[in-house]
Formats: sequence, structure tokens, C-alpha cells
Amino acid sequence: MSAFDSAALRRFVDLFADRLRERRDELTQLDSAIGDADHGTNMDRGFTAARGKLAELDASADLGALAKTVGMTLISTVGGASGPLYGTFFLRLSTSFGDRAEAGPAELGAALRAGLEGLVQRGKAELDDKTMVDAISPAVDAYDAAAGDGIGPALEAAAEAAATGRDRVTPLVARKGRASYLGERSANHQDPGATSATIMVEALRDAVAEG
Amino acid sequence: MKKLINAPDAVVDEALAGMVAAHGDLLKVVEPNVIVRADAPRQGKVGVISGGGSGHEPMHGGFVGMGMLDAACPGAVFTSPVPDQMLAATKAVDGGAGVLHIVKNYTGDVMNFELAAELAQAEGIEVASVVIADDVAVQDSLYTAGRRGVGGTVLAEKIVGAAAEEGQDLAAVTALCQRVQDNVRSMGMALTSCTVPAAGKPTFEIGDDEMEVGVGIHGEPGRERRKLASADEITEALMNPILDDGGFGQGDRVLAFVNGMGGTPLLELYVVYNKVAAMCRDRGITIERNLIGSYITSLEMAGTSITLLKLDDDLVRLWDAPVNTAALRWGV
Repeated sequence: MSAFDSAALRRFVDLFADRLRERRDELTQLDSAIGDADHGTNMDRGFTAARGKLAELDASADLGALAKTVGMTLISTVGGASGPLYGTFFLRLSTSFGDRAEAGPAELGAALRAGLEGLVQRGKAELDDKTMVDAISPAVDAYDAAAGDGIGPALEAAAEAAATGRDRVTPLVARKGRASYLGERSANHQDPGATSATIMVEALRDAVAEG
Repeated sequence: MKKLINAPDAVVDEALAGMVAAHGDLLKVVEPNVIVRADAPRQGKVGVISGGGSGHEPMHGGFVGMGMLDAACPGAVFTSPVPDQMLAATKAVDGGAGVLHIVKNYTGDVMNFELAAELAQAEGIEVASVVIADDVAVQDSLYTAGRRGVGGTVLAEKIVGAAAEEGQDLAAVTALCQRVQDNVRSMGMALTSCTVPAAGKPTFEIGDDEMEVGVGIHGEPGRERRKLASADEITEALMNPILDDGGFGQGDRVLAFVNGMGGTPLLELYVVYNKVAAMCRDRGITIERNLIGSYITSLEMAGTSITLLKLDDDLVRLWDAPVNTAALRWGV
């Protein structure tokens, strides 16, 4: 695929919603170990709502309008920290896409970068704090490095980097979010936020591959 | 999972409907799931709102009424509410004197309240926020999420609500809330876990001879797991970090709050209070006011938290001021 269009964005949200439903209990299980046992439920509720809102939008809706609808819906339905964080991510994608009907490799990369910056701003998390940033930040870097090969290969690289980032921080002590209250006990538990973020990048990769 | 529920998804809505049925003279519920004082907005009075995940009842909805909160925003169980709720609450209670948001220090609560405050300010409502972070089990640090907001929140809501009721302005009410935050310390422990209805099984497994020390209010594991001890030993394990961290000592006047986590009987809370009182007496600390009962809970978790607040004449007067809510009621 040479361009990321509104059909791809809709497929991406659909696929991500499907996988959150399938893996809801796994995410909640991870969150039970070091958080408060609600991550899977909240993400499932939010993306099911977002998918519903997208279905109401006209087929001609541009990338910016679609991403904005997802972001606003997440902020209004998810709650917890994930609502503002994932919501901000999609709102920044929206601003970056603007009224484009489709984005090329560089534009998609810029949008993902803007989303990452929004996450960091809203959550004040840095690399190694053991959060979703640890999956998304390397994913965006890997995307940029491979963007010259096109969107498909760049997203392949991004998904691989996200999974590597997720696993890399498992041994660490969490410094942000509810897991941080456990101190040393949070070490050697896989982070639920980094896990859902990896599922998101994988869904984006697969939505583009299916196109 | 054994619970008195009809369906996991319906718990919060049905409980809210029950609150309205029971306490319609004190409160009403408006869209999107906001508990508002029945006579809101009060012209010229600072509005005081709070909110957080459900599962901590009676906090916060049970504290809506004269002399305490003007509105409360309940999220899903253990999940912070969404900004739409805090925005609706802020608008519903604004009587032209501004609105104070009392926020417990959890990443999600702080972010959602921040978003709501920005939206309310954009609509021309003056909003101030105070973050309650009183749990000494968590090391405070610039590089972490910081201390959790726990038992001190209940005391802050009562005292700040009284100040707003007597007509203090937003700056004064905000400064007072910050003063309570600066002078309050808490720590909690759990004997059992609890089951989030949507999750269907206990958040953690714990042996019959074990306890979690340094827990928050979300059924999450604490700082460490220890062998079960006597009530006196447990009380010492909670009180000593509180006394050290808060610098409580000879000559101090305090409010002592012994809280149940949801599954602990009052009988046991009084056993804990007995030791709290003895420890204060030994150190020359005078307990001038106390609160004993389950006011900030983690569903059906068994366990307790202890909170000490340093008092002065002003805080005692505001604590004693009339309050008429579902969970706290005196002087009316």
C-alpha cells in the first residue's frame, strides 16, 4: 500500500477493537498483578464505543475527522488513565492528518510521532518508566527508519519494535501509573499498558496488510 | 464470584438509582452519572466536587449534601470517571463563586480532572484543584506517580465542605484544602483481596496466614506481603510510619480516623482504635476528634487504614460544623 486512507483507518480501529475483545481477560489479568484489574474491561468498552461512532460517520469522512471521533469517544468512555492517554493519541493523529483523505508514508509517520508526543505530554512518562510509551516510542522510531521502504514494511518494523519494547521493560520497576505503588514488586511483571499499545501497533500493521 | 448484583455491567447504575430512591431529599443524579446535591447550584457559594472510581462507597456519593460535597462523579468500579462527568458536575454546582475539584492522586483521576478543568475554564467557570496524596506507604518522588490519595480525602471533603458552606471564597477554600493535605497522613493494610465485578475473580490470591501491608483502595497488592500478626502489631506497623512521616509528637492535637476497607467489622476497628489511642497517649498526642467506620472502602476487602490529621481550632470548628449527607450527619 502506498497510502493510508480512511478505509485503512476504519479497518485499523475495527481490528484493534476485535483484538481488545479477544484479549480483554489477558489484559485485565496483567493489570491484576500490578494494577487494579480494569485495563482490559476499560479498553474493550472504549474501542467498542469508538467503533460504533465511526460506523455513524459518512463514508467520505477524512482521516482527521475519523481520528478525532475515536479520540473524543475514548476520552468520554474509557476513564482511568487509558482514556485520556489513548484519547490524546488519536486526537493528535487527527490534528496531524488534518483534512487529508489519505496519508503517504511520511505523513503517517508524522501523525504517529505527533500521537507519541501527545502521550508523553499528557502522561509525563519517559522511556523506562514502564508504560505504553515504552512500546510506542521505539515503534515510531522504527517506523521512521523504515519509512523509505513504504508503509507496509515500516509498520512491520514498528510492530516488531513495539513488542521488543514491551518485553524489554518487563524486568523493570514501574515509575508511573498504579504499578508504581508496588515499588520493587512491580519488577518482572509484563506491563498492561505496553501490552495494549503493542496490540494497537500490530492491529495497524495488519489493517494495512489486509488493504 | 458471589455478589449481590444483577449483572456486572449494571452495578454502578443500579446502585446510583438506589441512592436516589433512598436519599432523594439530599441528592439527585444527572446525566452522565453525576450525583448532585438536591438544592444545587447555591448562588454565591463555592462548589466543591470530587469523584473517582466506584467501589469505595460511601465515598464520594455518600458525602454529597449540606456541609460537604456539592457533587460526586462515580466512574466504573475502580476506574476514574471521565471528563464529561466532572464538567457536568462543575456546571451543575457553579453558583458564580467558582468550583473546587478535590482529586485523589491517581494517574487516571488527575488526568481526567485536568481535562475537565480545562474544559470548564474554557466555558468561563473558575476552577481550582487540590490533589490529595496522603498515603505514607508510597515513597513520594518527582520521578513517580507520587503518593496515593486515601483516607485523608474523607476528612478534606468534610472540612472543606464546611468552609464553603459558611461562605468562604474559592481562594480560601482551596488554601484550606491544601492545608488539610499538608497535615494529613494515612496507611492501610488488607487481610483479603476483593473481586471487581467485571473481572469476576479476586484481584490477588492471599494465604490464610498472610496480609498485605501498604495497600491502597483498589484491591491492589500492597508494598509487601507479611505473615499475619496481632491487631496491636498491625496497628503499630501502620501508625509508626504515619507518626514519623507526619512529624506527629508531644503536644499535637489530632483527628484519628480508623477506616474499614469494606469487609471488616466495627468490632475489629475498635480493637485497632484502642491501640491507636494508647500509642497517641504514650507520645503526648491528644486525639480531639475521631472517626471510626467504613468510609473509604475497597469493595468487600477486609482490612483497615489509619489516618491522622493535625488539628487547630479552625479545623476543629469546621469538622464540628453541621453536615447532612447519606454517610455523615450531625448538627442537623
